[in-house]
Amino acid sequence: MAVSQPSKSRDLDRLLLRPGHLAGPNFEPGQELREDIKEYVKVLVVGAGGLGCELLKDLALTGFRNLDVIDMDRIEVTNLNRQFLFRLEDVGKPKAEVAAKRVMERVNGVNITPHFCRIEDKPLDFYSDFSIIVLGLDSIEARSYINEVACGFLEYESDDNPLEETVKPMVDGGTEGFKGHARIIIPGTTPCFECTIWLFPSQVKFPLCTLAETPRNAAHCIEYAHLIKWNEVHGRKSFDPDNSEDMQWVYSEAVQRAELFGIPGVTYSLTQGVVKNIIPAIASTNAIISAACALETLKIVSGCSKSLSNYLTYNGVEGLHIKVTEFVKDADCLVCGPGVLIELEKSVTLKKFINQLEDHPCLLLTRVSVSYRGEKLYMQAPPELEKETRSNLDIPLFDLMNGVSRDIINVNGMAGKGDKKQSCMRKLRIAFKGVDGVADIDMAGGA
Amino acid sequence: MAEPKTKYDRQLRIWGEQGQEALEKSSICLLNCGPTGSETLKNLVLGGVGSITVVDGSKVELGDLGNNYMVDESSVGQSKAKTVCAFLQELNDAVKAKFIEEYPVKLIESNPSFFSQFTLVVATQLVESSMVKLDRICREANVLLIFARSYGLTGFVRISVKEHAVIESKPDHFLDDLRLNNPWPELRRYAESIDLDTADPVAHKHIPYVIILIKMTEEWAKTHSGKLPSTREEKRVFKDLIKAKKIAPDEDNYKEAMEASFKVFTPQGINPSLQQIINDACAEVNSNSSDFWVMVAALKEFIANEGGGEAPLEGAIPDMTSSTELYVSLQKIYQAKAEADFLVMEKLVKKILKKLGRDPESISKATIKSFCKNARKLKVCRYRKIEEEFSSPVQLEIQKYLTDEDYCTPNSWYSVAVGFYILLRAVDRFAANYNSFPGQFDGEMDEEISRLKIAVVSLLNDLGCNGSTLTEDLINEMCRYGAAELHSVAAFVGGIASQEVIKLITRQFVPMSGTFIFNGVDHKSQLLLL
Repeated sequence: MAVSQPSKSRDLDRLLLRPGHLAGPNFEPGQELREDIKEYVKVLVVGAGGLGCELLKDLALTGFRNLDVIDMDRIEVTNLNRQFLFRLEDVGKPKAEVAAKRVMERVNGVNITPHFCRIEDKPLDFYSDFSIIVLGLDSIEARSYINEVACGFLEYESDDNPLEETVKPMVDGGTEGFKGHARIIIPGTTPCFECTIWLFPSQVKFPLCTLAETPRNAAHCIEYAHLIKWNEVHGRKSFDPDNSEDMQWVYSEAVQRAELFGIPGVTYSLTQGVVKNIIPAIASTNAIISAACALETLKIVSGCSKSLSNYLTYNGVEGLHIKVTEFVKDADCLVCGPGVLIELEKSVTLKKFINQLEDHPCLLLTRVSVSYRGEKLYMQAPPELEKETRSNLDIPLFDLMNGVSRDIINVNGMAGKGDKKQSCMRKLRIAFKGVDGVADIDMAGGA
Repeated sequence: MAEPKTKYDRQLRIWGEQGQEALEKSSICLLNCGPTGSETLKNLVLGGVGSITVVDGSKVELGDLGNNYMVDESSVGQSKAKTVCAFLQELNDAVKAKFIEEYPVKLIESNPSFFSQFTLVVATQLVESSMVKLDRICREANVLLIFARSYGLTGFVRISVKEHAVIESKPDHFLDDLRLNNPWPELRRYAESIDLDTADPVAHKHIPYVIILIKMTEEWAKTHSGKLPSTREEKRVFKDLIKAKKIAPDEDNYKEAMEASFKVFTPQGINPSLQQIINDACAEVNSNSSDFWVMVAALKEFIANEGGGEAPLEGAIPDMTSSTELYVSLQKIYQAKAEADFLVMEKLVKKILKKLGRDPESISKATIKSFCKNARKLKVCRYRKIEEEFSSPVQLEIQKYLTDEDYCTPNSWYSVAVGFYILLRAVDRFAANYNSFPGQFDGEMDEEISRLKIAVVSLLNDLGCNGSTLTEDLINEMCRYGAAELHSVAAFVGGIASQEVIKLITRQFVPMSGTFIFNGVDHKSQLLLL
C-alpha cells in the first residue's frame, strides 16, 4: 500500500478527495475541490460569542481559509466559562477582533477579518459577498434580520424555481443550557427563519397589574423595581443593566418589596437574571451545536455528504435526545417567497407607491425606504440621504426603474399594527400595466 | 462579585454551587488527546473541573495540525500530551493540569492501579480489546468511565458505570405536586375557608386556581360516590362546571383552573418510575448500601405508612393568578407540609442507619431535604459491562433496525446508525487482522472494501444476526473514512461526551442510557440499548 505524504489535511482529504455513495448530487471529489474551498469560498460567521468562538475554530479546521466574523459586543468576565478564545486580560476588548486574532495565531494559513459593529451597520452588498453565512446568535431579532438580508438576494425564475446564483445558504445554531438546535436554510428550498418563526415562542412578560398590585414571587418584585419603581424615582434617567450601581438599586428595592409582601427568594444573582434576561450557557452545548453547523457548512459547500434535512434539535437534560425534523417551506412567506406582486400604472409616482404599501393587506408597511438593484430610490434616514433622495418622490416609479416592464424591488420599513410594529425588509415584484408581457404575467406564487 | 464566581455565572445558573463544587473536586483522566479527547477536555476545563491528567504517548505530526486546535506548528515532533496539556492549562488557571507521555494501551496492560486515583476516565479512540480491559479496571476501582470515538462521519459515546443514582434529575416538564384530588387536612380546611361565590368581584378573580380545583373536586366527589371525573364526558362536564363559576370574562384564575383541570384527573399515588425504584432489590438495604439506597428504603416506609401512598410533598407551587395574600398563605401551607414530611423522613433515615449499625447522623439534613424535595423524580441509571455488550448485545435491538421494514424504508435513515454501530466494531476486527484500518492508506480500495465486508458478515454471524448484512454503500462509505478523525465530528462527539461527564460528576440531570451512535451523514443519530 502506498503511504500518503504527510499533509495537514490528512483527515479532511479522505472526505474531499475520495468518492462516496452517500454524498450530495454535485460532489466532485479531488484536490481541486479542496483548493477551491481554500481559495474561493468565503464564510461569514455572525456572532463571536459562545457559538461564534467554536464556529471559527471548527471552520478553520474544516478546510476554510477565508472567514469574516461580525459582532458588536465586548468581552465580559461571564463569557469565560465557554468562549474559549478569550482570557481574563481580554475583558473589555471587542469579541470579533480578539476571536479572529486568536484563531489566526493558532491555525496557519487561515485569514479572518473581524467586524466590530452592528449587523445593521453593514451595507447589503457586504453580505452578498459571502458564499455562505453561519449564524451563532442568541436573539430572534438578529436572526430575522440576517434571514431577511440573505433571502432578499433570492430571485425566482419564471417557472418559480429559485435562481441558483441568487441563493445565499445559511446555517443557524442556537443554545440554551443543555439544549440547542442546528438548522440549514437554503432560501427558496428549505423553510427560512420566518417560515418557522413559531418555533421561537415569544418571551413571557408579566402583566403590569400583577407587578403593581399582586406580586407573588421574587421575579415579580424584581420587575416591579426595574420597570415601575425605577421610573417613578429616576424620571427620565434610563436604567443601565451594565451599571452595577443601577443593578444594586433595583436589587435593594426588590428586597424591600419582597419583605413588604412576605415573598422569599430575591437574590442579586436572580435580579441580574430577570432584568437582563440571562440565558444560562455552557461550553459543551455550544461545542455540540457549533460542530454540527460547521459540518453542515462543509457539506453544503462541497457536497461531500448528504445534508441535514433540515432542523436538528439536541436535548441533554433527561438522557440524550437528538432529533431531525424536516420542516416545510411556507409558500406564501413574505421573506423567502417570490415576493408580493404589485401591479402599477406607469404613472404612479414613488410617493404614491409608498403610500399604497401602508394599506396593502399583506404588507402594512410604514416609514418605507425603497431601493432598486442596489440603488437607493428613497431613504427615510439618515437625514442627509433623505434630503438627497426626496426629489425622487414625485417621479413615476416606472421611470426610476428605467422603464422595465417588471422587476423586483426591495423595501424596508416598519411592519405590523399598533405596538407590535417591527422593522423588516420586503421583496416586491412590480409589474407595470400596459407594458409588453405584463398582460399574461405569471401569477403563480404571488401572495 | 469576585472573578472566579462571576466567570462561572452562566453555568451556576444551571447546576448551582453544589454542582460547581462537585466539578471542582473532580479529577479527570483523558486517554489519547487527538481532537476527540482534546475537545472533550476543553469543555470540562472551561467549566472548572479540579484536575486533568492527559495520557498520550504519541508525538505531534503535521496531520494533527489539520484537526486538532490544541497543537500548532511549533509543537510538531513534541509530545502531544504535553502540548495539549499546556494549551488546556491556558484556558483556566484554576485547573491543575498534568500530562503523562505514555500510550494508554500500554498503561491499561501494565499499570491498572493507575486509574483508581481518578473520579472519571475519558477514554477516546480505543479499540475494542482495550475498552473491555479498561472497563473491568474502572468498575473494579469504582471509577466513572466514558468512551468516545470519532471515525469519519460517525462515532460513538458510551458511559460505563455500574450504577449512577440521581436525586436532582431536574426534568424540564414534570407534573406539580399539588394534591388537588387528595388534600391533606390543613389544605382542605384552608380551601373550605374560602368562598368561591363571594360577591366581591375583585376577590372572586383573585382566588388561586388550586383552591378552585380542590373545592370543585370535592363537590364532584360528593355527587359521584367519591370518584373523580374519569371518562372524557365527565372531564368535559367538570370543566363546564368550572366555567359556570366564572362571573366576568377577564377572570384569569378560572381560565387557569380549566387549563389545569387535568391535574385533578391524574391518579393519586406514586408514578411507575418511582415504584420501580422502591421495588428494586437495592432498596433492601444492608450495611454496605449507599446513602441513596438508605434514603430509598426510608422512602419506601414513608409511602407505605405516613405518606398514605404518596411520596413526601415537594412543597413548591407554581405561579398563578391570585392576590398576594392568598398566594403567600397557600405557599406556606404547602411548605409546612413538606417540612413535616421531611421530619418524618429524617426519623426514618436515622432509624434505618441505626439498624444497619451506622452513624445515624451520617446523612446530612440538607441531603435528606433535597431527597424529599426530589423524591418523585429520582433516577437510577445502570450500564452493562462493555464486555457483555460486545459479546451478547441485545439482538432484538440490532435486528429490529436491520430487518424491520418500518425502520428500513428508503426515507428512513435510522438503520444507518445501526449500520455504523456494526461497522465501528467491524473495523476493529479488520485492524486486528491487518494492522491498519480499512482505507487508512491510499490505494487498493476495492480489496479493503471486500475485506471489510467479510469482517461485517462474520461479526453479524457472531452476534446471531445470521443472514443480515449491510448495504454496499455503507461499507464503501466506512472505507472512504479511512479512520479519519475530522475536527467537527470530534468536536461534536467530544461535546456530547463532556456533557455526559458533567451530568455524572454533578449528579444532576439524567445521563444518556445505552450506546450513542453518531450519524454525521444526515444527523439521524441514535441511542441503542444493547
